[in-house]
Amino acid sequence: MTKHEREQIANDATSLGRDAWEQIKRNRMAQIGGVLFITITLLCWIGPALSSYSFEQQNLAYGPQAPSTEHWFGTDDLGRDLFVRILTGGQVSISVGFAATLVALIIGVTYGSIAGYVGGKSEDLMMRFVDAVYALPFTMIVIILTVTFNEKNLILIFMAIGAVEWLTMARIVRGQTRALRKLNYVDAAKVYGASHLSILLKHILPNCLGPIIVYTTLTIPAVILLESVLSFLGLGVQPPMSSWGVLINEGAKKIDIYPWQLIFPAIFFSLTLFALNFIGDGLRDALDPKESK
Amino acid sequence: MFNLIARRLLQAIPTLWVVATATFLLLRLAPGGPFDDEKPLAPEIKEQIEAHYGLNLPLHEQYFAFLGNLLKGDFGPSYKYPGWDVQEIIAQAFPVSLELGLWGLLIALSVGIPIGTLAAIKHNTSTETGLMGFAMVGICLPSFVIGPILLLIFSLTLNWFNPLGWSYASDRVLPAVTLGLLYAAYIARLARSGMLDVLRHDYIRTARAKGLAERAVVIRHALRTALYPVVAYLGPAAAGLISGSFVVETIFFIPGLGPFFVNAALNRDYQMVMGTVLFYAVLIILFNLIVDIIQMWMNPRARHD
Amino acid sequence: MHRPPFFIPTLCLCALLSLLIGCAKKTTNVEYGNANQELFIGIGAEPATLDPHLLTGLTEYSVVMAFLEGLTTLDAESMRVRPGVAQSWEISEDGLTYTFHFNPKAKWSNGDPVTPEDFLFSFERILTPLLGAPYAYMLYPMRGAEAFHTGELTDFSKVGATAIDEYTLQIVLEQPTPYFLSLLAHNTWFPVHPPTILQHGGMTERISKWTKAGNYIGNGPFVLEDWRLNNRVYAVKSQHYHDTDSVKLNGIHFLPIDIETEERAFRTGHLHITESVPIHRIEWYRENSPETIHFATSLGVYYYMLNTEREPLNDPRVRKALAYSINREELTKHVLKAGQQPAYHFTPPNAGGYNAEARFPYDPDLARELLAEAGFPAGKDFPAFELLYNTSESHRTIAVAIQQMWKQELGIDIELHNQEWKAYLSTREAGEFDILRAAWFGDYDDPNTFLSLGETNNGNNHTNWSNAEYDALIKQAAVTLDPEARKAIFQKAETLLIDEMPVIPIYFYVTSRLIDDSVQGWYPSILDNHPYQAIELIGNE
Repeated sequence: MTKHEREQIANDATSLGRDAWEQIKRNRMAQIGGVLFITITLLCWIGPALSSYSFEQQNLAYGPQAPSTEHWFGTDDLGRDLFVRILTGGQVSISVGFAATLVALIIGVTYGSIAGYVGGKSEDLMMRFVDAVYALPFTMIVIILTVTFNEKNLILIFMAIGAVEWLTMARIVRGQTRALRKLNYVDAAKVYGASHLSILLKHILPNCLGPIIVYTTLTIPAVILLESVLSFLGLGVQPPMSSWGVLINEGAKKIDIYPWQLIFPAIFFSLTLFALNFIGDGLRDALDPKESK
Repeated sequence: MFNLIARRLLQAIPTLWVVATATFLLLRLAPGGPFDDEKPLAPEIKEQIEAHYGLNLPLHEQYFAFLGNLLKGDFGPSYKYPGWDVQEIIAQAFPVSLELGLWGLLIALSVGIPIGTLAAIKHNTSTETGLMGFAMVGICLPSFVIGPILLLIFSLTLNWFNPLGWSYASDRVLPAVTLGLLYAAYIARLARSGMLDVLRHDYIRTARAKGLAERAVVIRHALRTALYPVVAYLGPAAAGLISGSFVVETIFFIPGLGPFFVNAALNRDYQMVMGTVLFYAVLIILFNLIVDIIQMWMNPRARHD
Repeated sequence: MHRPPFFIPTLCLCALLSLLIGCAKKTTNVEYGNANQELFIGIGAEPATLDPHLLTGLTEYSVVMAFLEGLTTLDAESMRVRPGVAQSWEISEDGLTYTFHFNPKAKWSNGDPVTPEDFLFSFERILTPLLGAPYAYMLYPMRGAEAFHTGELTDFSKVGATAIDEYTLQIVLEQPTPYFLSLLAHNTWFPVHPPTILQHGGMTERISKWTKAGNYIGNGPFVLEDWRLNNRVYAVKSQHYHDTDSVKLNGIHFLPIDIETEERAFRTGHLHITESVPIHRIEWYRENSPETIHFATSLGVYYYMLNTEREPLNDPRVRKALAYSINREELTKHVLKAGQQPAYHFTPPNAGGYNAEARFPYDPDLARELLAEAGFPAGKDFPAFELLYNTSESHRTIAVAIQQMWKQELGIDIELHNQEWKAYLSTREAGEFDILRAAWFGDYDDPNTFLSLGETNNGNNHTNWSNAEYDALIKQAAVTLDPEARKAIFQKAETLLIDEMPVIPIYFYVTSRLIDDSVQGWYPSILDNHPYQAIELIGNE
């Protein structure tokens, strides 16, 4: 890439960024989403400190109780305050959701766009590799991870989850890239001597943004729920810590007996997803090259 | 087209080999063996059993023996269920999962695509907000939540359906809805996004300007391109749908393949893991090929040189 | 102008749905079962095998019981020994020689008579090392059985079982074994049909298809009609069973249903008997339907194993402090809820008539004192350690509750760690744990099956605890014939065990089931043994 090109991309990027910001400012739903998401996040990290209960403090004789003025969201089977447990669980779910999705996003987009752009034998090879990884027994991989790395840190969860979730992203991006590769303006850019990297970044990826953003917002809930499967296999957060995935999973079994154990974690989970979707939609409209030009 | 299919089928062989080899190694790396149990076997007995299955041989010999059997199409007996061959189990369970998966797919497509498309056409209206809100509900409620909720309403309270089993036509409804809803939500969101992209393209604007009725524009020109990401997503999704869902098949007690994928791994049933993994790999390869063909048809420009 | 085609499938789907609702099944399994004497019973998991010599779990046993019968059987209500294939027997005065007289009506399900030779074949099969039968040691009381099984003896005719004639079998024991007759009702002593076994791969072939429907030949009250994995095992009444008139049921559907699904099935009348009850439903049934929920004590103990080689668990005072500070009453009452008994000793009550006298206390003050003596006043400087359990909601709940108790009472912070079953087993085998959840169910109704776990060389003792005095006591008990003297020895061993505390007993198991009120003849059983001959369905029309 020449210096000139680099500057041009940087310029484009800032102007695109500025346009996007203007767009978002105009988009009411995206604003609501943003505020909602920030509120939930702050609540998760600050809330537990403000409550008089701790997430692990139990009262066996008290047991599962419906919401009351003492316990706003009721208590779980061990008499622990559900409000605090949901908030601390949110810390886990939000960080796992974001970090793992980010891993999946970076790997998937890079891999998919390269595969779709280069085409031919290399593309075939790359996509067959994706097929192969799809088929590998995920449970076995997780089990091996649990015994290989004895520290139960979150990094591992991100890796494990990112390692499966990037595949579909790669397929989607590769499909889009392939469709765009032969378009006139890409050819034109080639004629003008633009480098492959700049074509990918300037002409192809911006046109894939729609599906990328949508699939990213779809990946986050999938990842948050997958985390509960991993903790079942012994990877990830250990009790007394919890996460939204685990809480929802347990609550679902008691839906007709202790409904609050499902409803409250599900509300937090859903609100977060709605917020992210509004943001995603706003971002998508804002970054859309066709719209802004 | 014929070239593509031939080439991909040829590529399937090394792909499957890679999957088989990687799985073989993963299985031997995993802690615990197929014959470990609560009350541990006496070492002599364990040796006898392992000798029975050739597990006492050096690893490379086991590997070549395994490859040899694979070439003969023989996955051998399950370790967990010694009277049953892996092929037999798959042959018994797969048709059930296939049927359930196809119903689920039908629901996913027939709910997801109309919702997504309509939402895009009615962009920035309350119709869109309502439809996409509905789709979001599908995403927020995973099958282990939707299943029990549907059961509680339609089976335990209204008594419209049996709460478990796979004997009557009506037994298909709740599991298929549970399975299909999540996929419908995904498809709706991808379809809407694709549609919004396309509707902004110049050629659609031109078509509209030419005065064709809106619907005709949408259907003739837009839908094809708009569903591009949906189709890319559908390849692996369909393979996943028809190979069975652990959660749905467990909740509704359906004798499908889903639970075997998870349980085989948990039981360290090497043969069964290998059988299910390779079976799934074949489905993935097949569906991704179909998807690529459909994508070629949808966008001739993406055709290979 | 065409209509939007993409709404048509949606409409069709709605139409189909409403149609299907109309034709949903209206008779339930229980109604159908009561009308036809067919029992629908949940068994929790798929039986791995129906081979009596290879099976290891209670699930498998509960199914195989319908198809096979040993020399003796157990009475459904009293669990006393009753005639099975043998209609009578004599015991020699020295208690070593048992002579069994076969019921001439005992037949295999294909009409062949059940002969002493069939039993000899079966004993030889399970004892042949090549078969790798995990529970072959259950035959060790028979003379020469152990030697044959370990390969020291290769001539089976030297083993103490002889066919005297067509209807008489003699078994000679190594030493008098008071519980021998009840042992014969165990699946390891069940006969298999020799021609069937030979036809499907031979006597010692593990990977045999003889257990499949169509191949299976048994001698029990039922025959295997259909077996589909993760679907059902279907048994129908045998026409050749010697006591076929006493069998009331025409069929049994064994259904391997997940615990939550099972409860829903029961609630909607699709199951007569469940395998268990989800903990969070117990209270609901107690209040709303007390006649359907049934609890039975079972011969099992839930405990934590301590790795006595690791600091600070190598100090008995620390081990005791941990044990004394667990509030078991609260745990069983509010967390487990099914009426489990708190365990203050190791052997479950009434194991073979033995009730442990030794007790350790629930005494947090004493626990704190002991911990301070060991050098950790108020848990200060207590090293970090881990409690490992295999993945399960109830193990987790118990572990979390105990974690908090230790934190509050002793000021000790432990970490919890779960692994899925096989990884857990391999960690246990390697001894790479501090504290490990464990459970033991008696193989037979005798304290020895529990207390021998503390022996140094016992394969199930993963604590690294070794005590010469204890080992000597268990050995002495094995050769003591007088039942009272034997019990006294076990009492001593038990006292020693809880004084050293290499394991922390937590509670004694209880089984909980939901049983429809149409089911008659199902009695609580300490070994969870429920002969199907006794069961009858009486619907209330």
